[in-house]
Amino acid sequence: MIYLNLAVSAIMQGLIYAPLALGIFIVFTILDTADLTVDGSLVFGMTVCAVVTISGHPVLALFAGMVAGALAGLVTGLLQTKMHINPILSGILTMTALYTVNYMVLGGQSNRYLQYEALNDAGATVYNTSNTVFSALTKKLGNPELSVSIITVFIIILLCAVLAVFFKTRPGIAIRATGDNEMMVRSSSINADATRIAGIVMANALVGLSGALLCQQQKFADLNSGTGMLVMGLAAVIIGQVIFGKRGVTVGLISAAVGSIIYRIIIQLAYKINMPSYTVKLLSALIVVLALSIPVAKTKLAEAKNRRIRKGGAVK
Amino acid sequence: MSSSLSLINLTKKFEKGTINEKVALDNFSLEVAPGDFITILGSNGAGKSTLFNAILGNFITDEGNIILDGQDITFEKDYKRALNISCLYQNPLRGTAPNMTIEENLALAYTRKASKSFFAVNKKDSAVFREALAQLDLGLEDRMKTKMGLLSGGQRQAASLLMAALAQPKLLLLDEHTAALDPSAAQKVLKITRDIVARDNITTLMITHDMKNALSYGNRTIMMDSGRLVLDISGEERENMTPSDLVKFFTERGGSLSDRTLLS
Repeated sequence: MIYLNLAVSAIMQGLIYAPLALGIFIVFTILDTADLTVDGSLVFGMTVCAVVTISGHPVLALFAGMVAGALAGLVTGLLQTKMHINPILSGILTMTALYTVNYMVLGGQSNRYLQYEALNDAGATVYNTSNTVFSALTKKLGNPELSVSIITVFIIILLCAVLAVFFKTRPGIAIRATGDNEMMVRSSSINADATRIAGIVMANALVGLSGALLCQQQKFADLNSGTGMLVMGLAAVIIGQVIFGKRGVTVGLISAAVGSIIYRIIIQLAYKINMPSYTVKLLSALIVVLALSIPVAKTKLAEAKNRRIRKGGAVK
Repeated sequence: MSSSLSLINLTKKFEKGTINEKVALDNFSLEVAPGDFITILGSNGAGKSTLFNAILGNFITDEGNIILDGQDITFEKDYKRALNISCLYQNPLRGTAPNMTIEENLALAYTRKASKSFFAVNKKDSAVFREALAQLDLGLEDRMKTKMGLLSGGQRQAASLLMAALAQPKLLLLDEHTAALDPSAAQKVLKITRDIVARDNITTLMITHDMKNALSYGNRTIMMDSGRLVLDISGEERENMTPSDLVKFFTERGGSLSDRTLLS
């Protein structure tokens, strides 16, 4: 039973972070850049979602979180294309600036619970927990993690389907080609700045959605929850790639989402063997480094083997 | 319907106002008639590629005007000009996206003029692509789902050429587009070039370092030196010209020949 609970918990976490993985798949694999905006846009999605949820509109809050992420992406995209600022620096600049913005969105606090003030029958002030998109189902099932998983799995399937279709349309292949050969896109009379910005905006909207889902799941928004999100998302994308292989864009999207779940299962297993929670970031970074260095290591090993065999042959 | 191109008094200086100032285009004028296929000769640094970049809008010239098909495009943005101008470069990797399939590459090029279908790759367009690929005679029509990156340089350049033609440009610019290919692939791509240009009657400018090709392809040959037009031949005068005459003319002009030009 305890393992089942752990599995449900891991799957739920994986699903909540799946939009993040999809967003990073778009930026890292399709557009072929690393976008550090992610660390800020996740929190931006979270804080905006918190404020809107508290005001009593949980569904609208998820969309607001996406719009917030999209805006952050727009800023980074403009910095990259119109100001010709190095892509990584552009992301860092937006992420840094967002810290202040997020602080202001939360009303000058570094964290905020999803609750609102009300008067009880006796006329005293009490704090009621705000409704989230998960509230109704949780009440019915009595299991918050299961109900979050059920709702998010539908969201993720919908997202994957919409994105898979989109990347087969004319604007979609223009975005894919921008990451593949930008000069070709320009000479095909397509505004490559616009397609690049569109890709970054889409990716960060997805990241903002992850932040919003996380906010409603934990009923809490925290300014510091964005650190290392790019690396975590990257780990999910890479794990997906290892399992499914590097194939077309549709498989790539699915593998990013599945990779996100598997990544969380790995993390849960790490907790299970009593690794303290602060080791998560080190573990994520190691997974990414390991996965990225496998191709290089393979070539080096093959070379070394070849050298050994031929040297051995020469002696004979 | 082919289009005319007028280049009027184009001047472009690089590093203007410094001691390194270089005049890449010096009051350069050229009238290109509709359907002209002009080959362009000139030593390295003569301004050939600068001329192409000016036409493509990669920079705006210091002076002068560019008029394509009666429209002044002097100040138009590069990607907007690309709607009517296709360009092929020496590097065969430049014109295609390696991680996308042949079909998707063609679809992207076709987007400029395609029926506005929702999906980029669809049955109707695929039939057009298949037929166009079959004409290349490289067997690519049966490999439409293959990633572009798996093709050879010659095949990719041929595909780029096809993509350029699919876009039905008013003007086709070829910047030494066969220079990086092996001799037989180069011949094949040149033949395809000739066929496509003739079939669609596209106004074309082709930069080459091969004197023989310069005279045997197209209907007019020009030579550039230090950003100026120094030779412009067509018709009978061109027919009577031999590659060695061209080399002689070149040396008399005091232009320095690159090794590649001398060897070809």
